[in-house]
Amino acid sequence: MEYSDKVMEHFINPRNVGEIPDADGIGEVGNPKCGDMMKIYLKIEDNIIKDVKFKTFGCGAAIASSSMATELIKGKTLEEAWNLTNKAVAEALGGLPAVKMHCSVLAEEAIHKAINDYRIKNGLEPWEDRFSNSEHDHHE
Amino acid sequence: MEKRFVYMDHAATTYVKPEVLEAMMPYFTENFGNPSSVYTFSRKSKKAIEEAREKVAKALNALPDEIFFTGGGSEADNWAIKGVAFANRDKGNHIITTKIEHHAVLHACEYLEKIGFEITYLDVDEYGMVNIDELKKAITDRTILITIMFANNEIGTIQPIAEIGKIARERGIIFHTDAVQAVGNVKIDVKEMNIDLLSLAAHKFYGPKGVGALYIRKGVKIDNLIHGGGQEKGKRAGTENLPGIVGLGKAIELATQDIDGHNERIKKLRDRLLNGIMEKIPYTRLNGHPEKRLPGNINVSFKFIEGESLLLLLDQFGICASTGSACSSGSLDPSHVLLAIGLPHEIAHGSLRLTLGDLNTEEDVDYVLSVLPNIVQRLREMSPLYEKFIKGEI
Repeated sequence: MEYSDKVMEHFINPRNVGEIPDADGIGEVGNPKCGDMMKIYLKIEDNIIKDVKFKTFGCGAAIASSSMATELIKGKTLEEAWNLTNKAVAEALGGLPAVKMHCSVLAEEAIHKAINDYRIKNGLEPWEDRFSNSEHDHHE
Repeated sequence: MEKRFVYMDHAATTYVKPEVLEAMMPYFTENFGNPSSVYTFSRKSKKAIEEAREKVAKALNALPDEIFFTGGGSEADNWAIKGVAFANRDKGNHIITTKIEHHAVLHACEYLEKIGFEITYLDVDEYGMVNIDELKKAITDRTILITIMFANNEIGTIQPIAEIGKIARERGIIFHTDAVQAVGNVKIDVKEMNIDLLSLAAHKFYGPKGVGALYIRKGVKIDNLIHGGGQEKGKRAGTENLPGIVGLGKAIELATQDIDGHNERIKKLRDRLLNGIMEKIPYTRLNGHPEKRLPGNINVSFKFIEGESLLLLLDQFGICASTGSACSSGSLDPSHVLLAIGLPHEIAHGSLRLTLGDLNTEEDVDYVLSVLPNIVQRLREMSPLYEKFIKGEI
């Protein structure tokens, strides 16, 4: 199994690592038991993601996926961020090994969870997650 | 400190020592004759194999007639287990092993289980040691084989092999040990330790890859695994890996001529590294037995981080190491050995194995100690688990 140059680049120099103390939405997914866990913090103004930070426990692909996903949603509307698929994250990374695709799923899920956390906090209906009971079940 | 290449994965494989390579070379180009041929030219090949056999026998205190060359450690394990199982079916169908064996043993046992054999997988304690009383209790009148590794490849724990051998001999049960990690690191005497079968692989003691041996005590009933020509006294078919066998012979001679001296040197380096790690990196645990372990083995778990990302960062600094994390193997579960010693999954995922060998120096150790704490800290600062821990949430 080998990582693409892009994966290695994002793994070695991950973007947006950290916390946002007064985050408007926080999404935590995964399970340390399975070896990966991701937490995403969003700062939202006028429906736009003004800032995003992440913390990830996991392999190289998990860290690179978090870094790439946060880059891809920064400055985007919530709708645009919601529509970011795991496939798009993997593609932007120049592909992920098949056994590591779940890392990109984790990134998509974490963003969804953070957006819905924001929506619920603001009295809005949460959006429905396309992964609510599918690919990432081994983490439960 | 300047970046350097540090190889600390000797349990995975070793380099071939120049003396070993030198001994092998003529058997590629000049003395390439098939040992089975009748002409004079091939007698050199035959002679070289018999000399290698004598060297292996001497290293184990066996007879040359009891040494059979194989295509490596996995073949030796498969042959020992399946060969004994099939040859002794009339006596019983029960085999005893442990939960921490190499996959070559575990998967061979699982295969036998599928075709009707019964396997007992013994638990180990928190250090990876087999409990002798549990072994005794597991023995039935249908038990035909006990297979327990000499030393563990991941955590380095050395089993009480002589004690196990004595029990097996008293009960008339065949005893096999996978000694792939032990040769060159532990003194082995198959007679004194009552070992009936022993597997070894040259590339773990500075010999070439793809060649190993199985010691089979005279009188042990065993079927063939590889059927074909009459090589190895009709017990293991296939034209001999002549240069490989010569290399194995030379390597085992070198590896066993001064085990005490080798261990003293490697242990000193290992302890300097281990003490440094424990001192500099908080929330770290040592996996395996504190004393009864292979001289070059370190296996530690760093809490709150994952092993594969640790290896990738170490690689950036030129350091070669290994982990028991699932993420490095593509499976979902971490190392079966780390789970068997009772580690929770998340701690097993954060394991690092450093195995030292002959080329390592104090400079290597100090370099690793200058790099590793920063890498662990960097990953912890990225880890939501560490964040929770610092905030007192877990």
